Amino acid sequence: MTSPSVVEIAGLSKTFEVPDKGTMTALFGIDLSISQGEFVSLIGPSGCGKSTLLRLIGDLTEPTTGTVTVNGKPAPQARTDRDYGIVFQAPVLFDWRTVEDNVRLPLELIGTDKATREARITQMLELVELTEFRRHHPYQLSGGMQQRVSIARALAFEPALLLMDEPFGALDEMTRERMNSEVLQIWAQTGITVVFVTHSIPEAVFLSSRVAVMSARPGRVTRLVDIDLPRPRTVETRESRRYFELVTKVREALRGGDGQVELDEAAMEQVAAEGLG
Amino acid sequence: MTDRILQWLRRNLPAILVFVIFLGTWQVVISSLDVRAFILPAPSAIAAALVENWEAGYQIWPAAQNTFLEAAGGLVIGTLLGLAMALVISRWRLAADIALPVAVAISAIPIIAFAPIANNWFGVLAPTSKMVIAAVLVFFPIMINVLRGLTEVPGSSLELMRSYAASSWTVFRKVRVPNALPYFLTGLKVGTTLALIGAVVGEYFGGLNVALGRIVIESASTLGFEVTWAAIIVASAVGIAMYVLIIVVERVAIPWHASVRGERPA
Repeated sequence: MTSPSVVEIAGLSKTFEVPDKGTMTALFGIDLSISQGEFVSLIGPSGCGKSTLLRLIGDLTEPTTGTVTVNGKPAPQARTDRDYGIVFQAPVLFDWRTVEDNVRLPLELIGTDKATREARITQMLELVELTEFRRHHPYQLSGGMQQRVSIARALAFEPALLLMDEPFGALDEMTRERMNSEVLQIWAQTGITVVFVTHSIPEAVFLSSRVAVMSARPGRVTRLVDIDLPRPRTVETRESRRYFELVTKVREALRGGDGQVELDEAAMEQVAAEGLG
Repeated sequence: MTDRILQWLRRNLPAILVFVIFLGTWQVVISSLDVRAFILPAPSAIAAALVENWEAGYQIWPAAQNTFLEAAGGLVIGTLLGLAMALVISRWRLAADIALPVAVAISAIPIIAFAPIANNWFGVLAPTSKMVIAAVLVFFPIMINVLRGLTEVPGSSLELMRSYAASSWTVFRKVRVPNALPYFLTGLKVGTTLALIGAVVGEYFGGLNVALGRIVIESASTLGFEVTWAAIIVASAVGIAMYVLIIVVERVAIPWHASVRGERPA
């Protein structure tokens, strides 16, 4: 790919100290490069560190070793420059703010001028189809609608990168599929780069241009699967032969059937030791 | 408008009926069993005492105003101190370690023990002494509630603010303060009742005669229990009025909060 890289991860590892158990290696030896306009899913079993990896990209936690570069800058600088928007599994909306006020929050913090701000809010609420609910409070909305507000908020200041941490994990299957299509539409319209954490194989395959398959203990990227399904992806995509082939491919990669990386125990211990220091 | 009145009546009719039946039974039992007034006066006797002493005699109405002012003054002082303390403690860890034990110790003072001292310090005849007693009672629930509201912010909210590179001052203004508002109002609701108790207890230990606490003491010592009961009823009416005021403020200030939304679905 010739597009410039938006996320560049090299030699990344992360260890946590667990009380009474010493250190736990959450992530080990991660190298990953994500280009502009890509939609990359991180998939793996629970405890494989996929959310931790996402949080490292967003500088919400610090790496033990290795580097994370976002938009050519170290991750902390990128965060300070508001280079990314983030959507968590829970909508994390403020109850005391209306829908539009929640979307306005990042614009307030950045200090966007009023005219741009209001135009942006209108535009974002149109994008997630919540225009008529702009004066509602979060408690008046369904879970899916709340998550759409959260997406509108993450996109409101036009970041280059969108980080999504199992955003639809709490939604029912039908809502989730509808949200998947909406996210793809938004992605196509904005040209934003997306890193998407999920534990749903169909979701990862349907959405992504690439799927990074991870394994647990320690969390590593064991396989990168290119998803060459044609776009735009629709209901038919989910019924196509190629889709099923790719779902199977990802599932097998998750099972560790092929392409598994050999573990370097010595290097891991060294990382753990550095983490302690 | 009439619709709303009718609606209100329909909702509260059971409570009103029960209250009326309760008063009626009370009246009948007292007069038929010939219960002596110093054990329990009849409602009609209490009502008569209330009317008789409203502005003349014991001067219940001016007394209620004085006691209300003492309680309200104490509420304001205690609230301001509680707020200030909560802000300082939530901001500096060291302040929490020093001030929190002191605050707990203050709240553990039996108010009856403190009342004569406050009367002595601030003047037994001055309303200030009663305000201080009320303020000591109000201080703790305000402080502890606001402190919880400022510090018990969901980790995910803080993480979101971190993703925006928001300063701790911004987090304070945009997240901690609004988060603490419902807690503050809960503290105020507890505080109004306590403020009134503090004012009346302060009056027990001396002060101007035109005050509800003094009326209770003096009427009881001369076996005028109809007046004692009348003063108690007026005191609780003052407490209810203050409480209702806070509820109105709550409706306006935090309509989004679960405690105000009531039965509406989440």
